[in-house]
Parts: sequence; structure tokens; C-alpha cells
Amino acid sequence: MGATPDVALIEQIVRQRLDEILPQKIEEKLAEMKANKTPSMTIIATKGTLDWAYPPFILASTAAALGWNVAIFFTFYGLQLLKKDISDLKISPLGNPGMPMKMPFGPDWFKGINWNIPNLVQAGIPGFESFASTLMRQTIKNNGVADISELRSLCLEAGVNMIGCQMTVDLFGFTHEDFIPEVKEYCGAASFLPMAQEADVTLFV
Amino acid sequence: MNFDKDLDARGLNCPLPILRAKKALSEMQSGQVLRIVSTDVGSVKDFQAFCKQTGNELLSQTEASNEYTFFLKRK
Repeated sequence: MGATPDVALIEQIVRQRLDEILPQKIEEKLAEMKANKTPSMTIIATKGTLDWAYPPFILASTAAALGWNVAIFFTFYGLQLLKKDISDLKISPLGNPGMPMKMPFGPDWFKGINWNIPNLVQAGIPGFESFASTLMRQTIKNNGVADISELRSLCLEAGVNMIGCQMTVDLFGFTHEDFIPEVKEYCGAASFLPMAQEADVTLFV
Repeated sequence: MNFDKDLDARGLNCPLPILRAKKALSEMQSGQVLRIVSTDVGSVKDFQAFCKQTGNELLSQTEASNEYTFFLKRK
């Protein structure tokens, strides 16, 4: 069998050559794929208060501005952020020791005071939450931070895909008419997970 | 420096300067220059990152009396 040594030799040469060029080829191809791929992000929004409304909408609008594909899955209290009117979202300082309680008006020394109000007092005063929410809204305005309705509109304008969790809609007794018409899709975990699997960034808020 | 469009982002905070800039750029032609004036100190790093990611060119950035001026050339 005179041909056998030749085959072995050819195979050895081919292998050697492949070892030389493959790593470089793969690297080039990966770089090309990376350059051509549109980055994507999926966010799970689970909170429905004024403060927690910010992270998903800020990140989604900014990612969209960077040219990314973005989807937000609103579940549990996060569904509140899809309501037609979100101008009355509230914040609760009760049991939230991380939240500074400062006044958004008056001279600087007054604005600098951190009002350490005991939980018992906060819980006992009717309307305390609404009062705190009003102060927060004023602080947001004073600092040139976007209004949450405005941020949501900017997200929608930029093509952010907003998805409602159908299970939570049923659980809380909502109907699709309660939410903005831009929500085209209501689905469950089994639909969201494959989306998240494909995404470069996935965040739980 | 000459520019084709001007964006006043003073008093706006993260992420509004970037969002407004993105919107302004989308209404411009390739090669045109956008000037942005902002007061948000965070916008300095943000505009660098924005340009790096989107491929628009950051021609210059300067600071004068707590105002930041950026010149962006549309991709």
C-alpha cells in the first residue's frame, strides 16, 4: 500500500496549516460578527413606585439612544408603569432608611437638613406618603431630572418594546385597556426567557 | 468652530442631554456638526461613551464656567 504514507503526510500538513491559520480566521470572524451585531438588552421591571420607575426607563432610553434593541418586561407592580396616567406615582419613605428626606425649597442651609422622621410618625400621619411624593416630584423638577412620563414617551419614541406580563394583569384584575396602547404584547415567562437568552444585557429591576 | 445645529441642554440631567443629542443628530445629515452646551458634569463621560458606541465623531469638548460644550460630527 504505497499510498498510505502519502495520506498520512498530507493529513499532517493540512492539520499543521489549519492550526496556523484557524485561530486568526476565527478571531477575524468573531470581530466582524461583533461589529455587525446590534447590541440588545432586556429589562424586567417589577416595581411600581416613583423612585423605582427611573432605572428601567433611564437605561432603556439611553440604550435606545446608543442604537441598541431594547425590550422591557413589566411584571407585578411594574405594570403600574404602563398605566395610561403615571403622573401620580408615589414614593414611600416608610421603612426606607436609605432615602434622604430633604426639602426642595428654602435657603440652602434649610435644604441641606435631613429630616429624620421616625417610622412610627410616618405611619401615623395621614397623607404622609402623598406629601413625601410631592416633595420628591419637586426635587426631581429642581434638579433637571426627567419627568417619568417624559422618559416613558422617549422610550416609546425610540422604539423600546414594552411587554406586559399577562399573569399579573389577570392576578391584579387589570384589563389591557388600563394600559397605554403602545403595549403590543402580553405574555409570560416562557416568552420572555428566550428573548433574554439572546440579549447581551439583561437586568432585573 | 462652525456648526449646523445647536442644542441647549443646560439644566438637564442624565440621560436627557444624550437623548436630546440623539434626537437632534437623527434630524441632521451625515457630516454635519452639532453643538451641545450642557451643565451636567456626568455628560462629559457620557458623550465620550455615546460617540464611541454610535460612531459619531466627538470633535471637541471644552469647559468654561461650569458649562460643557461639545461638538459632534454626525456619522
